[in-house]
Amino acid sequence: MFLQFFFGYCALMIIASGILAISLRNPVHCVLMVLVLFFHMAGLYLTLNAEFLAAVQIIVYAGAILVLYLFVLFLVSLREELHLDAFVPSAWLGRIIAAGLAVCLIAVIPAFSLGEKGVWTVEAIREATHTKALGQELYSTYLLPFEIAGVILLVALIGGLVLARRDHDGPDRGEDIGLTDSDNQPKEVQQ
Amino acid sequence: MIPLSWYMALAAILFCIGVCGFLTRRNVIIMFLSIELMLNGVNLNLVALSHYLDSVRGQAFTFFIITVAAAEAAIGLGIAIALYRSRRSVHVDTINHLKG
Repeated sequence: MFLQFFFGYCALMIIASGILAISLRNPVHCVLMVLVLFFHMAGLYLTLNAEFLAAVQIIVYAGAILVLYLFVLFLVSLREELHLDAFVPSAWLGRIIAAGLAVCLIAVIPAFSLGEKGVWTVEAIREATHTKALGQELYSTYLLPFEIAGVILLVALIGGLVLARRDHDGPDRGEDIGLTDSDNQPKEVQQ
Repeated sequence: MIPLSWYMALAAILFCIGVCGFLTRRNVIIMFLSIELMLNGVNLNLVALSHYLDSVRGQAFTFFIITVAAAEAAIGLGIAIALYRSRRSVHVDTINHLKG
Protein backbone atom coordinates (compact mmCIF):
# COMPACT_ATOMS: atom_id res chain seq x y z
CA MET A 1 0.00 0.00 0.00
CA PHE A 2 2.77 2.39 0.96
CA LEU A 3 4.67 1.37 -2.17
CA GLN A 4 1.72 2.22 -4.39
CA PHE A 5 1.24 5.54 -2.66
CA PHE A 6 4.92 6.33 -3.11
CA PHE A 7 4.76 5.37 -6.78
CA GLY A 8 1.72 7.60 -7.27
CA TYR A 9 3.46 10.54 -5.63
CA CYS A 10 6.62 10.07 -7.71
CA ALA A 11 4.65 9.62 -10.94
CA LEU A 12 2.58 12.73 -10.27
CA MET A 13 5.66 14.80 -9.50
CA ILE A 14 7.52 13.45 -12.55
CA ILE A 15 4.69 14.27 -14.94
CA ALA A 16 4.02 17.69 -13.39
CA SER A 17 7.66 18.76 -13.32
CA GLY A 18 8.21 17.35 -16.82
CA ILE A 19 5.35 19.38 -18.23
CA LEU A 20 6.54 22.46 -16.36
CA ALA A 21 10.09 21.88 -17.60
CA ILE A 22 9.07 22.11 -21.24
CA SER A 23 6.58 24.95 -20.81
CA LEU A 24 8.22 27.51 -18.51
CA ARG A 25 9.65 30.56 -20.23
CA ASN A 26 12.80 31.00 -18.16
CA PRO A 27 15.38 28.31 -19.08
CA VAL A 28 16.87 28.30 -15.57
CA HIS A 29 13.46 27.38 -14.13
CA CYS A 30 13.23 24.59 -16.73
CA VAL A 31 16.55 23.15 -15.57
CA LEU A 32 15.47 23.32 -11.93
CA MET A 33 12.23 21.51 -12.78
CA VAL A 34 14.26 18.77 -14.47
CA LEU A 35 16.30 18.56 -11.27
CA VAL A 36 13.11 17.82 -9.31
CA LEU A 37 12.20 15.24 -11.94
CA PHE A 38 15.55 13.47 -11.61
CA PHE A 39 15.23 13.23 -7.83
CA HIS A 40 11.82 11.58 -8.12
CA MET A 41 13.18 9.30 -10.81
CA ALA A 42 15.82 8.17 -8.32
CA GLY A 43 12.97 7.47 -5.87
CA LEU A 44 11.31 5.27 -8.47
CA TYR A 45 14.57 3.38 -8.99
CA LEU A 46 14.56 2.69 -5.25
CA THR A 47 11.13 1.08 -5.54
CA LEU A 48 12.61 -1.16 -8.25
CA ASN A 49 15.46 -2.38 -6.02
CA ALA A 50 18.09 -0.52 -8.03
CA GLU A 51 19.90 1.40 -5.31
CA PHE A 52 23.13 1.81 -7.24
CA LEU A 53 21.33 3.31 -10.22
CA ALA A 54 19.42 5.66 -7.91
CA ALA A 55 22.74 6.91 -6.55
CA VAL A 56 24.18 7.22 -10.05
CA GLN A 57 21.07 9.08 -11.18
CA ILE A 58 21.53 11.69 -8.47
CA ILE A 59 25.32 11.94 -8.72
CA VAL A 60 25.71 11.93 -12.50
CA TYR A 61 22.43 13.36 -13.79
CA ALA A 62 21.51 15.81 -11.05
CA GLY A 63 25.04 16.50 -9.91
CA ALA A 64 27.04 16.67 -13.13
CA ILE A 65 24.87 17.00 -16.22
CA LEU A 66 22.39 19.53 -14.86
CA VAL A 67 25.21 21.64 -13.40
CA LEU A 68 26.74 21.63 -16.89
CA TYR A 69 23.41 22.88 -18.28
CA LEU A 70 23.24 25.60 -15.64
CA PHE A 71 26.79 26.73 -16.41
CA VAL A 72 26.01 26.95 -20.12
CA LEU A 73 22.80 28.85 -19.40
CA PHE A 74 24.72 31.38 -17.35
CA LEU A 75 27.42 31.68 -20.03
CA VAL A 76 24.92 32.25 -22.81
CA SER A 77 23.14 35.41 -21.82
CA LEU A 78 19.45 34.94 -21.25
CA ARG A 79 18.42 37.95 -23.29
CA GLU A 80 19.64 36.64 -26.61
CA GLU A 81 19.21 32.89 -26.45
CA LEU A 82 20.15 30.52 -29.20
CA HIS A 83 17.06 29.84 -31.25
CA LEU A 84 16.46 27.31 -33.96
CA ASP A 85 13.46 27.04 -36.21
CA ALA A 86 11.04 24.61 -34.66
CA PHE A 87 10.69 21.31 -36.46
CA VAL A 88 6.93 21.65 -36.88
CA PRO A 89 5.20 24.77 -38.13
CA SER A 90 3.00 25.38 -35.10
CA ALA A 91 3.30 24.46 -31.45
CA TRP A 92 -0.12 22.82 -31.42
CA LEU A 93 0.89 20.40 -34.17
CA GLY A 94 3.84 19.31 -32.03
CA ARG A 95 1.59 18.82 -29.02
CA ILE A 96 -0.88 16.79 -31.07
CA ILE A 97 1.94 14.60 -32.41
CA ALA A 98 3.26 14.00 -28.89
CA ALA A 99 -0.22 13.24 -27.52
CA GLY A 100 -0.92 10.84 -30.38
CA LEU A 101 2.38 9.10 -29.73
CA ALA A 102 1.51 8.80 -26.04
CA VAL A 103 -1.90 7.31 -26.82
CA CYS A 104 -0.36 4.81 -29.25
CA LEU A 105 2.37 3.78 -26.81
CA ILE A 106 -0.01 3.32 -23.89
CA ALA A 107 -2.55 1.49 -26.03
CA VAL A 108 -0.07 -1.23 -26.95
CA ILE A 109 1.12 -1.83 -23.37
CA PRO A 110 -1.56 -4.51 -22.58
CA ALA A 111 -0.30 -6.56 -25.52
CA PHE A 112 3.13 -6.80 -23.90
CA SER A 113 4.10 -10.11 -22.33
CA LEU A 114 7.20 -10.82 -20.29
CA GLY A 115 9.91 -13.04 -21.70
CA GLU A 116 11.81 -15.70 -19.86
CA LYS A 117 13.25 -14.76 -16.49
CA GLY A 118 16.93 -14.37 -15.70
CA VAL A 119 18.99 -15.58 -12.77
CA TRP A 120 19.15 -12.41 -10.68
CA THR A 121 16.05 -12.71 -8.56
CA VAL A 122 15.39 -10.16 -5.83
CA GLU A 123 16.75 -12.55 -3.21
CA ALA A 124 19.92 -13.24 -5.21
CA ILE A 125 20.53 -9.52 -5.69
CA ARG A 126 19.83 -8.84 -2.03
CA GLU A 127 22.27 -11.54 -1.02
CA ALA A 128 25.06 -10.35 -3.32
CA THR A 129 24.21 -6.62 -2.89
CA HIS A 130 23.06 -4.66 -5.90
CA THR A 131 26.36 -2.99 -6.72
CA LYS A 132 28.19 -6.30 -6.77
CA ALA A 133 25.56 -7.93 -8.98
CA LEU A 134 25.68 -5.05 -11.46
CA GLY A 135 29.47 -5.02 -11.39
CA GLN A 136 29.72 -8.74 -12.07
CA GLU A 137 27.44 -8.42 -15.06
CA LEU A 138 29.13 -5.24 -16.28
CA TYR A 139 32.70 -6.51 -16.11
CA SER A 140 32.05 -9.95 -17.55
CA THR A 141 29.17 -10.02 -20.02
CA TYR A 142 29.34 -6.35 -20.98
CA LEU A 143 33.08 -5.82 -20.90
CA LEU A 144 33.34 -4.68 -24.53
CA PRO A 145 30.43 -2.17 -24.30
CA PHE A 146 32.00 -0.94 -21.08
CA GLU A 147 35.28 -0.22 -22.87
CA ILE A 148 33.40 1.46 -25.71
CA ALA A 149 31.60 3.64 -23.16
CA GLY A 150 35.00 4.66 -21.85
CA VAL A 151 36.10 5.60 -25.38
CA ILE A 152 32.87 7.61 -25.82
CA LEU A 153 33.65 9.56 -22.66
CA LEU A 154 37.17 10.20 -23.94
CA VAL A 155 35.75 11.46 -27.25
CA ALA A 156 33.40 13.74 -25.34
CA LEU A 157 36.28 15.09 -23.28
CA ILE A 158 38.49 15.78 -26.31
CA GLY A 159 35.54 17.17 -28.26
CA GLY A 160 34.66 19.54 -25.45
CA LEU A 161 38.26 20.74 -25.29
CA VAL A 162 38.44 21.27 -29.06
CA LEU A 163 35.13 23.13 -29.14
CA ALA A 164 36.13 25.39 -26.26
CA ARG A 165 39.70 25.99 -27.45
CA ARG A 166 39.10 28.99 -29.68
CA ASP A 167 39.34 31.76 -27.15
CA HIS A 168 42.81 30.83 -25.96
CA ASP A 169 44.52 31.29 -29.31
CA GLY A 170 46.67 34.11 -27.96
CA PRO A 171 48.02 36.04 -30.98
CA ASP A 172 45.08 35.26 -33.24
CA ARG A 173 42.58 36.66 -30.87
CA GLY A 174 42.48 40.34 -31.85
CA GLU A 175 42.48 39.45 -35.52
CA ASP A 176 39.71 36.98 -34.90
CA ILE A 177 37.43 39.53 -33.31
CA GLY A 178 38.13 41.94 -36.15
CA LEU A 179 37.21 39.33 -38.70
CA THR A 180 33.92 38.34 -37.09
CA ASP A 181 32.99 42.01 -36.98
CA SER A 182 33.59 42.44 -40.67
CA ASP A 183 31.17 39.64 -41.52
CA ASN A 184 33.75 37.19 -42.84
CA GLN A 185 31.99 33.86 -43.20
CA PRO A 186 34.76 31.28 -44.00
CA LYS A 187 36.75 32.28 -40.93
CA GLU A 188 34.08 31.19 -38.51
CA VAL A 189 33.32 27.86 -40.12
CA GLN A 190 36.01 25.87 -38.36
CA GLN A 191 38.92 27.17 -36.38
CA MET B 1 3.42 -4.90 -5.65
CA ILE B 2 3.15 -2.32 -8.39
CA PRO B 3 2.14 -3.72 -11.79
CA LEU B 4 4.72 -3.45 -14.54
CA SER B 5 2.27 -1.65 -16.81
CA TRP B 6 2.21 1.36 -14.47
CA TYR B 7 5.93 1.85 -14.92
CA MET B 8 5.66 1.40 -18.69
CA ALA B 9 2.81 3.89 -18.92
CA LEU B 10 4.76 6.43 -16.88
CA ALA B 11 7.83 5.88 -19.07
CA ALA B 12 5.72 6.37 -22.23
CA ILE B 13 4.23 9.59 -20.84
CA LEU B 14 7.67 10.89 -19.90
CA PHE B 15 9.02 10.04 -23.36
CA CYS B 16 6.13 11.89 -24.99
CA ILE B 17 6.68 14.93 -22.78
CA GLY B 18 10.24 14.94 -24.10
CA VAL B 19 9.02 14.64 -27.70
CA CYS B 20 6.59 17.50 -27.15
CA GLY B 21 9.33 19.70 -25.72
CA PHE B 22 11.68 18.85 -28.56
CA LEU B 23 9.08 19.67 -31.19
CA THR B 24 7.65 22.83 -29.69
CA ARG B 25 10.51 24.69 -28.00
CA ARG B 26 12.96 26.73 -30.03
CA ASN B 27 15.69 27.28 -27.46
CA VAL B 28 18.58 24.92 -28.24
CA ILE B 29 19.38 24.22 -24.59
CA ILE B 30 15.77 23.34 -23.76
CA MET B 31 15.78 21.00 -26.75
CA PHE B 32 18.79 19.19 -25.29
CA LEU B 33 16.97 19.04 -21.97
CA SER B 34 13.99 17.43 -23.72
CA ILE B 35 16.32 14.78 -25.10
CA GLU B 36 17.42 14.08 -21.53
CA LEU B 37 13.76 13.62 -20.59
CA MET B 38 13.30 11.11 -23.41
CA LEU B 39 16.41 9.20 -22.33
CA ASN B 40 15.08 9.11 -18.78
CA GLY B 41 11.80 7.64 -19.97
CA VAL B 42 13.73 4.88 -21.71
CA ASN B 43 15.87 4.35 -18.61
CA LEU B 44 12.79 3.92 -16.44
CA ASN B 45 11.44 1.33 -18.86
CA LEU B 46 14.71 -0.61 -18.87
CA VAL B 47 15.08 -0.62 -15.09
CA ALA B 48 11.46 -1.69 -14.56
CA LEU B 49 11.77 -4.51 -17.09
CA SER B 50 15.04 -5.68 -15.61
CA HIS B 51 13.41 -5.80 -12.17
CA TYR B 52 10.40 -7.77 -13.36
CA LEU B 53 12.50 -10.13 -15.51
CA ASP B 54 14.90 -10.94 -12.64
CA SER B 55 17.88 -9.79 -14.65
CA VAL B 56 20.39 -6.96 -14.40
CA ARG B 57 20.76 -6.64 -18.15
CA GLY B 58 18.47 -3.62 -18.39
CA GLN B 59 20.32 -1.91 -15.60
CA ALA B 60 23.63 -2.41 -17.40
CA PHE B 61 22.08 -0.78 -20.46
CA THR B 62 20.83 2.07 -18.29
CA PHE B 63 24.39 2.55 -17.17
CA PHE B 64 25.56 2.91 -20.78
CA ILE B 65 22.68 5.24 -21.60
CA ILE B 66 23.71 7.52 -18.75
CA THR B 67 27.26 7.53 -20.14
CA VAL B 68 26.07 8.42 -23.62
CA ALA B 69 23.77 11.11 -22.22
CA ALA B 70 26.69 12.70 -20.40
CA ALA B 71 28.80 12.67 -23.56
CA GLU B 72 25.91 14.05 -25.60
CA ALA B 73 25.33 16.87 -23.12
CA ALA B 74 29.01 17.80 -23.11
CA ILE B 75 29.36 17.85 -26.90
CA GLY B 76 25.97 19.44 -27.57
CA LEU B 77 26.47 22.22 -25.08
CA GLY B 78 29.99 22.76 -26.40
CA ILE B 79 28.54 23.22 -29.88
CA ALA B 80 25.91 25.59 -28.48
CA ILE B 81 28.61 27.69 -26.80
CA ALA B 82 30.71 27.73 -30.00
CA LEU B 83 27.67 28.78 -32.04
CA TYR B 84 26.82 31.49 -29.57
CA ARG B 85 30.40 32.75 -29.58
CA SER B 86 30.77 32.92 -33.33
CA ARG B 87 27.34 34.41 -34.05
CA ARG B 88 26.87 36.79 -31.15
CA SER B 89 26.74 39.87 -33.33
CA VAL B 90 24.60 38.21 -35.97
CA HIS B 91 20.90 37.57 -35.85
CA VAL B 92 20.71 34.17 -34.17
CA ASP B 93 17.32 33.16 -35.44
CA THR B 94 18.35 30.99 -38.36
CA ILE B 95 21.18 28.56 -37.80
CA ASN B 96 21.01 26.78 -41.13
CA HIS B 97 24.53 26.97 -42.53
CA LEU B 98 24.68 23.23 -43.12
CA LYS B 99 21.63 23.35 -45.38
CA GLY B 100 23.81 24.75 -48.17
